[in-house]
Amino acid sequence: MDVLHSLSQQVVYGLALGSVYAMIALGYSMVYGVLEFINFSHGEVFMVGAFVSLLTLTALTGVGGLLTFGPLLLLVMLLLAMLASGVLGVAVERFAYRPLRKSSRLAPLISAIGVSLVLQNVVMLLQVRFQGDSRPQSVPAAEVVPIGQWDVFGVRISYTAALVFGVSIVLMLALSALVSRSTLGRSMRATAQDAEVAGLMGINVSGVVTRTFFIGSALAGAAGCLVALYYTQIDYAMGFSAGIKAFTAAVLGGIGSIRGAMAGGLVLGLTEALAATFLSAAYKDLIAFVLLVAVLALRPAGLFGRKVLERV
Amino acid sequence: MNLDIAAARRGPAHPSQAFLPTKRSSWGPVGVLGIICLALIVVSPSDYMFRIATQVMVYSALAMGLNVVVGLAGLLDLGFIAFFGVGAYGYALLASDLHGIHISFWLMLPVGMLLAALLGILVGLPALRTHGDYLAIVTLGFGEIVSVLLVNLDRPVNITNGPQGVLGIDLPSVAGFQIGADDVFFGGFGLTTTMQFFMLTALYCLGVMFACLRLRNARVGRAWRAMRESEAAANACGISVVRAKLSAFVFGAAVAGGAGVITAAWYGSVFPDSFLFSESIKVLAMVVLGGIGSVWGAIAGALVLVLMPELLREFDQYRLLIFGLVLVLAMRLRPQGLLGSRSPGASRRRLPAWLASRRKGVR
Repeated sequence: MDVLHSLSQQVVYGLALGSVYAMIALGYSMVYGVLEFINFSHGEVFMVGAFVSLLTLTALTGVGGLLTFGPLLLLVMLLLAMLASGVLGVAVERFAYRPLRKSSRLAPLISAIGVSLVLQNVVMLLQVRFQGDSRPQSVPAAEVVPIGQWDVFGVRISYTAALVFGVSIVLMLALSALVSRSTLGRSMRATAQDAEVAGLMGINVSGVVTRTFFIGSALAGAAGCLVALYYTQIDYAMGFSAGIKAFTAAVLGGIGSIRGAMAGGLVLGLTEALAATFLSAAYKDLIAFVLLVAVLALRPAGLFGRKVLERV
Repeated sequence: MNLDIAAARRGPAHPSQAFLPTKRSSWGPVGVLGIICLALIVVSPSDYMFRIATQVMVYSALAMGLNVVVGLAGLLDLGFIAFFGVGAYGYALLASDLHGIHISFWLMLPVGMLLAALLGILVGLPALRTHGDYLAIVTLGFGEIVSVLLVNLDRPVNITNGPQGVLGIDLPSVAGFQIGADDVFFGGFGLTTTMQFFMLTALYCLGVMFACLRLRNARVGRAWRAMRESEAAANACGISVVRAKLSAFVFGAAVAGGAGVITAAWYGSVFPDSFLFSESIKVLAMVVLGGIGSVWGAIAGALVLVLMPELLREFDQYRLLIFGLVLVLAMRLRPQGLLGSRSPGASRRRLPAWLASRRKGVR
């Protein structure tokens, strides 16, 4: 009974963590679907989203308290983080990736690594400039979500965990609907299938790429906001490991596939949470990567990826 | 050397000639680098300069090794530093007081290379089934696994000494003389400890360079390049893709493992945080920045990326910011790298890669 209880407790943590991974993974996956390119700076976009939501929170609850109503505060934070991250993603694409489309596949990868260094250090330097140091920042999450938990058959579900899971599910469903129903979604799928023919059919391929970057980055921004509230601590280097994990999740589910990214994120989050409890916290990351290598060795195109026939 | 670059930039007269062995001697470039190293020893600038030069040599060897995997065989490896770590830790554990084992450096150099090569096979096996970016993430995963193991293998049995790292690693010795123990002076001409290690790493780097140049035109090197262009076509031509992939991984890994042994001996200590993902990226950046597939490019990339942080030391806190900007701008201005040439693969894909027809999609 005790094991079962502890198990279900970890499932709650795992789902919250996994839905964050899933949202970041979606950005990797969508960009990969359209451009066949690993956007290594995506983790940094997530980190900027977290910082923007912290700034929003401090600005709104600061002296006098402009806004104290939790749900509205949350909405403003989320929207601003998504907007800022989205715009940042588009700007990065314009400046660092678009000029490299005609070159080899590795050039944008290196460029993305450069962007990620730049973003990390800009945030760090801004922190030093305005704060005096670059230590991790704590987030007064209690202003937005009250501290507390539901008790479901002895399993504690904290409000923040429920919030993280709920918001990310809503956003991911919205994305699914967008991709499968809207005109933009149809042009995204067409571009992903064959950019050249899509262009011939009158689709503005560059516009689709820009919008893809905006949507993917906005989701990362939302994930940043949720992580800031859930873990109540953020730092300028947080994007790196989150980015690698999310990328792992995207590959686990089959990169380029939207449902795959969601499933991959949840699988990774659950595995990590369970491994941390039942094996050892130190080997948490190891388990994630062993899982990854094992899945890819057995199913080389990811869990949900279809085998692609090599045409010559 | 200039002639070589110019010829390479012009490219082969006919695409099919790209895979034929050229008559170019491998001794030439090795001689040029050797003379540069000798000149450096004769001029003998400060010890600080030699430390940087030794680092350039270590990173050049690493970049040349990775260049074989990424540049020649076309296999993107994002966990390359793990092989370096295996070599370094192999020597650190078997030649220090930590476990009381003191095996000779000259025995450990090949053993370290062998250990890394074995790991290379292990990484290469799943790579046989995966392609492109999936392969990249498998190698990244392996790299992370190795670095997590290095940190955590101090409990329950202490193997790696965990985050504290290994200190007091043995110095290599030649006929009773310990390299790097004392400064040696012959009248006015002196060899400081750093210079002694510089000579050791330079010799290793020259050996790696020679091997890379020879392999490039050897049977296996032509197989690598054919595989890079098209796995299916190479397979159809009777090239064993399995052997080509594994041999590329093994060669790159062995080179990195040897560099690890030498570096562990040079520093006298190893720490797990020297073998993080960011180091793999640094070596990859050297390969790409220098010009993918080119041996001189790998060396140039190592030179630039080792020197840049040193030159930017005055701007200490802006260092990484500037480094990032330089990476982005370098790719914008010269996407083929500093000394890169247009390979037949690049010209074949006249269409932008992202426009080329694809069958994967957003589902």
